[in-house]
Amino acid sequence: MTRKQRRLTLIGSAGAVLAVALGLILFALSDQIVFFQSPTDITQNELPAGQRIRLGGLVEEGSVVRSDDAKVSFRVTDMENVIPVTYKGILPDLFREGQGIVTEGVVNANGVFVADTVLAKHDENYMPKEVTEALKDKGHWQGDEAAQ
Amino acid sequence: MVIEFGHFALVLAFILTLVQSVVPIWGALTGDTRLMATASPVAQAQFILVLVSFIVLTGAYLNSDFSVVNVWENSHSAKPLLYKFTGVWGNHEGSMLLWVLILVFFSALVGLFGGNLPADLRATTLSVQSWVTAGFVLFILATSNPFNRIPNPPIEGNDLNPILQDIGLAIHPPLLYVGYVGFSIVFSFAVAALILGRTDAAWARWVRPWTLLAWCFLTLGIAMGSYWAYYELGWGGWWFWDPVENASFMPWLAGTALLHSAIVMEKREALKVWTVLLAISTFSLSLLGAFLVRSGVLTSVHAFATDPARGVFILVLLCIFIGGSLALYAWRAPMLKQGGLFAPISREGGLVLNNLFLTAATAAVLVGTLYPLVLDALTGEKISVGEPFFNLTFGPLMVPLLMAVPFGPVLSWKRGDLLAATQRLYVALGLALLVVLFTFWLWGMERVLAPLGIGLAVWVMAGAVSEIVTRVKFFEIGLKRGFSRLAGLPGSAWGTAVAHFGVGVTVLGIVTATAFEYERIETMRAGDTVTVSDYQVTFDGAAPRRGPNYTEDVGHFTIRKGGVTVAELDPSKRFYTARQMPTTEAGIYTTGFSQVYLSLGESRGDGAMDVRVYFKPLITLIWIGCVIMAIGAVLSMADRRLRVGAPKPAAKRRRTSAVPAE
Repeated sequence: MTRKQRRLTLIGSAGAVLAVALGLILFALSDQIVFFQSPTDITQNELPAGQRIRLGGLVEEGSVVRSDDAKVSFRVTDMENVIPVTYKGILPDLFREGQGIVTEGVVNANGVFVADTVLAKHDENYMPKEVTEALKDKGHWQGDEAAQ
Repeated sequence: MVIEFGHFALVLAFILTLVQSVVPIWGALTGDTRLMATASPVAQAQFILVLVSFIVLTGAYLNSDFSVVNVWENSHSAKPLLYKFTGVWGNHEGSMLLWVLILVFFSALVGLFGGNLPADLRATTLSVQSWVTAGFVLFILATSNPFNRIPNPPIEGNDLNPILQDIGLAIHPPLLYVGYVGFSIVFSFAVAALILGRTDAAWARWVRPWTLLAWCFLTLGIAMGSYWAYYELGWGGWWFWDPVENASFMPWLAGTALLHSAIVMEKREALKVWTVLLAISTFSLSLLGAFLVRSGVLTSVHAFATDPARGVFILVLLCIFIGGSLALYAWRAPMLKQGGLFAPISREGGLVLNNLFLTAATAAVLVGTLYPLVLDALTGEKISVGEPFFNLTFGPLMVPLLMAVPFGPVLSWKRGDLLAATQRLYVALGLALLVVLFTFWLWGMERVLAPLGIGLAVWVMAGAVSEIVTRVKFFEIGLKRGFSRLAGLPGSAWGTAVAHFGVGVTVLGIVTATAFEYERIETMRAGDTVTVSDYQVTFDGAAPRRGPNYTEDVGHFTIRKGGVTVAELDPSKRFYTARQMPTTEAGIYTTGFSQVYLSLGESRGDGAMDVRVYFKPLITLIWIGCVIMAIGAVLSMADRRLRVGAPKPAAKRRRTSAVPAE
């Protein structure tokens, strides 16, 4: 192999790996990312069936109903619209009524959000940023004390 | 008064870093040996001063001195002694002080043990390290001073975030920081090399032990963090592709690439420009991690209190160091002489392949971590990039890399023979295929990826073993000579084999724990039993209990296998009174390498509780593999060649002809 061929092989294989990596990244970014939506977004926009989304908002006061088999249902609100959510599993330690949360899952045919993940991160002051901003957009943000 | 003394020591240290930033490098550039000689003592003085201020802060925590804002915000007089101690770095200010302590610790180490370095390289390296240190000490003094006082001290403190009240806080941050910050010295070496316009095989040999040291600690730190999250958060997951985890994982990936490219540079004088770039990138990724974690752009348990001024300050530091070093690189790198040629199929070729895949994987993780932040900043659109993204990008990049791992060490330098290399790996290949067939036979065709993943792990492990065995021709020369030749192998050969074996172990743990996990989530009343895998888990009832600074509901569970009691577990739900914050304490039963994992959910009032029960086969291998990798790094560091330092070029030529090439 000549010097030139060696260099070409090296550059060629580097190019190939990088192209594969770039392709994977672009494909994954177009397909595997999950958009954040507020209850209003979901009510107003028709979602493609089975599309995974992140739903964020406040857990409506008095809406949490627990049934056996560790199932729980509650409603998520942004003070304008309300989406019912069901979840089977253990809720995070900081899940409370009136608390901001983010859940991930799919809206089913009855308009119920079936969540497979509920996040209320491990900090007592935690208010998901997305939720804060969505509430600010709607003019329902009650100052920073509301997050405490 | 003592507190002010600590503050004063830190200010003095800052002044010394300014001196150090200028004097030794001036000496190196003008050839003044007296100026260069100041580097080492000043580095040690910096270390002592920062250590003093760290000890003062620790003292304030141990004495619960609530006149110090930092202690008041993060401590409580009823907190157990261990957590008073570890609480020093369980907050933003204290952890930055730890970060700086480790920066100057590495300076002092280079000062002490850098005797075999050329004087100008040592002086310049220590000056560059001081630029970084000065930036961070200024950051502490200007925006995050842990020594600020409260005029009217409160009687009681706010307590430490309960999640952090765990032995994990004693281990995880110091390990991780030594790793993170350890790469700073490699960065300083690289920048010094660029300034002096000189990188050679000897440079790579000096840099390698520091890279190994930092990498070893970073590996352990990440593994410890993963295990801590696993048992403390109660979600049973060991990796979440959380931006904060990625922040530590990216320097690890880049550091792993650096570790390998430095070998090429040391042995063959090739890949110089690339190695220097990797050294700069690795620490840049550490800095990026610090920015992501500390600036408040992310919400996480690591974010602590967020203050916009801090974010901007770190961003400025980030831009100066990353931008400055890359600009210097663009300017000076073309001056570095390129070294030896090699065929694509060769040890060098294998290591280049390793670097390609590792950097591509780093890039994938970087995109996944930054894309949501960038998109939010540009368009206001909120997205989440989670596990599916990383499985699809990171996963496929790791598979070819892992397949190639056993080939690397058996290929010869310069021009390798793939067929001969494969012949040395026949046994490993056969073993891996047998395991794949066996797992398919055991579990059928419903899971295709898992048996292949297990086969891949076995291939990596067996490849590492057979590399060592065939290298000393263990089975051909008789046991006695075989063992003596094993003992005579250089540390770096053992290090490579052991670390690669550890990679295989971790992969095996990841595959089995992910593919064959059993999970049950049930609402249980006293007397109820659920079955996971071969284990029957019975809930015997719950009772309240009081701890020093919390109350808890403890569930009592009995675990039986085939009717025989094998363990009793007490997972609990704690409530920390000072912060009004609940936490979950998981109950874990380890059997062999597998674990039964229990965590409690909400109590339903009538004695029923939500319970999550997992059986996680071979999960501990994930962390054991990391420990094995770290042992590999230690063995490599123990290599005599690294200890005696780089020989003179002439001496080197004589030695390489006397010792068979590897």
